Amino acid sequence: MSAPEASSAAVPTLMTNNTLRNAFGGVLSFFILLLIAVLAFSIRLFSVIKYESVIHEFDPYFNYRVTQFLTKNGIYEFWNWFDDRTWYPLGRVIGGTVYPGLTLTAGTIWWLLNSLNIPLSVETVCVFTAPIFSAFASWATYLLTKEVKGAGAGLTAAVLLAMVPSYISRSVAGSYDNEAVAIFALIFTFYLYIKTLNTGSLFYATLNSIAYFYMVCSWGGYTFIINLIPMHVLLCIVTGRYSSRLYIAYAPLVVLGTLLAALVPVVGFNAVMTSEHFASFLVFIIIHVVALVYYIKGILSPKMFKVAVTLVISAGLAVCCAVIAVLIALVASSPTKGWSGRSLSLLDPTYASKYIPIIASVSEHQPPTWPSYFMDINVLAFLVPAGIIACFLPLSDASSFVVLYIATSVYFSGVMVRLMLVLAPAACITSGIALSQAFDVFTRSIKFQLPGLSSNTEVDAGETSSATKEAQNDAVKTEKAEETSKDRPSRKSKKKEREHVEKPSTKTKAEKKRLLALPLEASVISLLLLVFLGAFYVVHCVWAAAEAYSAPSIVLTSHSHDGLHVFDDFREAYAWLRHNTDVDDKVASWWDYGYQTTAMANRTVIVDNNTWNNTHIATVGTAMSSPEKAAWEIFHSLDVKYVLVVFGGLVGYPSDDINKFLWMVRIGGGVFPHIKEPDYLRDGQYRIDSQATPTMLNCLMYKLSYYRFVETDGKGFDRVRRTEIGKKYFKLTHFEEVFTTHHWMVRIYKLKPQKNRIRGKTKKSKSKTSSTSSSKRSGTRKKNPWH
Amino acid sequence: MEGPIRAREALALTLFSLLFFLSRSSALHDLLISNAERRIDLSSHIVKVYLTLKVENAGSSPASEVVLAFPPSQVDHLATVEALATKGKRKKTTFVRLEVKPTELPDAPNDTKYFTIYLANPLNSAESITLEVLYMLTHSLEPFPAEIGQSESQLVYYRDSALVLSPYHIKQQTTFIKTPSTKVDSFTRVEPTNRAGTEIKYGPYEDHTPYSFSAILVHFENNSPFAVVEELVREVEISHWGNLQVTEQYKLVHAGARHKGVFSRVDYQSKPSFNGVSSFRYLLARLPPRVHSVYYRDEIGNISSSHLRTDSRKSELEIEPRYPLFGGWKATFVIGYGLPLQDFLFESSEDRRYVNFTFGCPLMETVVDKLTIKVVLPEGSKDPSAVVPFPVDQHLETKYSYLDVVGRTVVVLEKKNVVPGHNSHFQAVLFCPN
Repeated sequence: MSAPEASSAAVPTLMTNNTLRNAFGGVLSFFILLLIAVLAFSIRLFSVIKYESVIHEFDPYFNYRVTQFLTKNGIYEFWNWFDDRTWYPLGRVIGGTVYPGLTLTAGTIWWLLNSLNIPLSVETVCVFTAPIFSAFASWATYLLTKEVKGAGAGLTAAVLLAMVPSYISRSVAGSYDNEAVAIFALIFTFYLYIKTLNTGSLFYATLNSIAYFYMVCSWGGYTFIINLIPMHVLLCIVTGRYSSRLYIAYAPLVVLGTLLAALVPVVGFNAVMTSEHFASFLVFIIIHVVALVYYIKGILSPKMFKVAVTLVISAGLAVCCAVIAVLIALVASSPTKGWSGRSLSLLDPTYASKYIPIIASVSEHQPPTWPSYFMDINVLAFLVPAGIIACFLPLSDASSFVVLYIATSVYFSGVMVRLMLVLAPAACITSGIALSQAFDVFTRSIKFQLPGLSSNTEVDAGETSSATKEAQNDAVKTEKAEETSKDRPSRKSKKKEREHVEKPSTKTKAEKKRLLALPLEASVISLLLLVFLGAFYVVHCVWAAAEAYSAPSIVLTSHSHDGLHVFDDFREAYAWLRHNTDVDDKVASWWDYGYQTTAMANRTVIVDNNTWNNTHIATVGTAMSSPEKAAWEIFHSLDVKYVLVVFGGLVGYPSDDINKFLWMVRIGGGVFPHIKEPDYLRDGQYRIDSQATPTMLNCLMYKLSYYRFVETDGKGFDRVRRTEIGKKYFKLTHFEEVFTTHHWMVRIYKLKPQKNRIRGKTKKSKSKTSSTSSSKRSGTRKKNPWH
Repeated sequence: MEGPIRAREALALTLFSLLFFLSRSSALHDLLISNAERRIDLSSHIVKVYLTLKVENAGSSPASEVVLAFPPSQVDHLATVEALATKGKRKKTTFVRLEVKPTELPDAPNDTKYFTIYLANPLNSAESITLEVLYMLTHSLEPFPAEIGQSESQLVYYRDSALVLSPYHIKQQTTFIKTPSTKVDSFTRVEPTNRAGTEIKYGPYEDHTPYSFSAILVHFENNSPFAVVEELVREVEISHWGNLQVTEQYKLVHAGARHKGVFSRVDYQSKPSFNGVSSFRYLLARLPPRVHSVYYRDEIGNISSSHLRTDSRKSELEIEPRYPLFGGWKATFVIGYGLPLQDFLFESSEDRRYVNFTFGCPLMETVVDKLTIKVVLPEGSKDPSAVVPFPVDQHLETKYSYLDVVGRTVVVLEKKNVVPGHNSHFQAVLFCPN
């Protein structure tokens, strides 16, 4: 490790040259980062340009509605908000059950802009929150990767993250969901953790807790952080990398972070009560024990220390066993073993499909397929292994964290498509490291072999990196040699690396020849291939952003030979409900449309996308799968006035209620056993044609979807199922059609009121004015289906 | 001594007032209408009445005012009254617009309300003048039955008098009522009454004394769109940068017979001639020429069904609400557009600049119940005022827009019961410090 000092002493004139270059590099990095932010922001605007500035999909509508409430009523009203527009008649305490991070962020931005007299609407702010935060996220990626492998890798990783399709899919303009800000919070928390680990500064440790607090506010995925960081700490301890910096990085995070997390109403005492957090406390205990051991080891002589160890271990084991036994007993006594359903399905991928149909019914909770990996992270999938290898050369605390991060996130993404989002930053960081190291190697070998260039290496940036590389190799060797001294701070080695960058050594040619220098042709070709790979990635990302992930899903378009067709049926139906029904009417639909109905139509719904009450959803599912009369009774008991179904059979919209219907049957049957899934299947097949079971053809969902459908084309051909429907002509007795949208995608029915029959009765009695004997009356009463 | 003086004063006062009333009433009764022809157009939901009066001065003193009378039930729905005086004969007739103002007369029977037409030149004794009066009535067609199904057509009542209500003696009068189609369920007969095609003719009636009234009721089919904008807020923002941004917020309602029972899309789409005949899908907005960046949206986003046609003289925006409007159905939406400021900004003497803009609603054949126009002047304009050819409520507001410090002055004009007849220009004066 005497090389840097020697080199600096040898060439003092290089210092000025170097600071200039550093300054230039800093300015360049700054502008590159700015451009990356612009790229991250603008690649997410395809949805606004192709469609409009509108909130997308389902959950964002809820967040938008909450933000509207927040901006209108203020923060205190927001915490106390009891929403009676949803989960009728139960209602929902929004303030205590929502992750407020996103809402508060957008609300603050809106408030700030309006106090500066920039009158942007809440909707505009909400639409553009996600792109703004993706720019922040790419900056955070830069910082994190810079801590791990230097600025070059940082910039590469930031570019990759700015346009990784997986993240774009959750953060296009309009996709106003928790993940939009949570990914930034996640990366930034990791960055601060690594920063603390590298510097050992309590300041960064405090910042880290605050960043963690923001993450807890934003997304339920914070449990990933509070499990990953303990895992890394444990890994460091096990591999003998314990240091005081590790203690500083971890202990304040657990104490402060848990305290802060408990302040968020939705988390509350869960921060200390649920199993998701137990790992952090366990590691917290372990790190203290280890710290104590190191401390005692410093005081005692080696012999005394050995005696003390045997003594403590024998006594400690007994206590530990007792404590663990008690803990296990406590946890085992709770039905879910203290784990929430979503987390359990993470550990056991088959858990959800076995026990919780509601979780399993959501498409984003399904395991991903291989194509979706290629779609979502594209070439990064191939660069990740290279990046992992690069992380091992040399393995520092920081790079071991990255390795652990990528390993765990790969596992989680394999369980749930949705968690592909957590994998994306890890893949970007490792790929950034891989790409920048590869570029390093190739450019260095080219430069080394070009005689004209190698003569004036002193001023060349490539030379700098080669020197760094060399020094790093040296560092690896020395590290291995010094492995025995456990508390050798890797920060020192980092600093040395930085010193290497600052003071490029004019190494002797002999040393250079030791380097792995590739042949010129091979490196040029590899460089070209890498550029092609990058270009392919860019093309794919732009395509994904423009074509695959920009559809708002509330307005659909299709291109045909006679131009563009717009299917705006959802908003047509919601607008109709909003303006032409009574403000307190209750609308029943499958839970997918709950958030949209409350946000766009401003009507009370029975169930919505916050699937907290399985029984309630099962009730609606049962009603939809019951025959008309039974369904009427269920809906009537819930005060429902309108029933909304989504039907794609006329225009071929595949994600309609008939295709979701089996989930309604399953969820309904899970609570009400008289609904049996086999009744709706013919020989295990789900069909709606003439072979369908009578239960299927008589259930409410079938009837509401296909009511008078046959009159459109005379045959009743369903374009989604590609078949003629089974039962073509039927009448509705307890429901009446009040609205159907232009393309029939949304159909709204009204429950016929009960008093209709009383009116009928009086008419009858009027027509038979003379014969009003009691026997005849009872006769009419028997005919009446409602008595 | 004081008593007699007081008495004398009182006597003088009564004499004066008596004289005054006599002269006033004599002015009323000196005039007589030799011929009155009234054409009531019921083809849309805005009732347009064209009244041609031939007024004669039978008195000795010249008369400068002609009074029109309206029953109180009509006055509430009266949107506009305009009067023209005809000059010249046959081919060379020219029209002179006359001032019309609502007035109160003391001896009005049955709460009759009056409008006074101020003649340009006093009508000398034994002279006659022909006046063309146009007035429009809104909300005067009452749907009956009040609720109809999807396949029924809409029938409405129209109530009026067979005789022109007037404070003058009318020598001869005729009334023509034009219905939109030949389907007339019933009408009151006041002989002589004729019906031919889409026209019902009442009269001619001879020699009717002042305030003659003969109630009639016409029950007929009217399927024209009863498009009523319950509230319209037009914001006209004048920018320093050469742009005029207009934002119009509509609350539209179908004011015809209420829709009852089911709405079946399959019937509506497959048999358009029998189904939903009284409903409407399209509205046409006439915008100024050179309009740009037009948008049409509501609170939940863009509405994709609209078409813009522009030429050098006008722009037409055809908008389609998200769903067809049946009786009683409502919809809200916003139309916004930009215009080049040089088309509207003018400079008068004394360095005063004014903006000349259209009052009223750009939608064709719609009634606006409450219209608010907000003219947002640039920051720093002084002493703003507005000149409108008819009475409106005016007040000033302040609005803070992009990075404003002192705020922009907003001239707010409010008027109730606005019909397309109000689409004349108004001037908002702004005083720009140079």
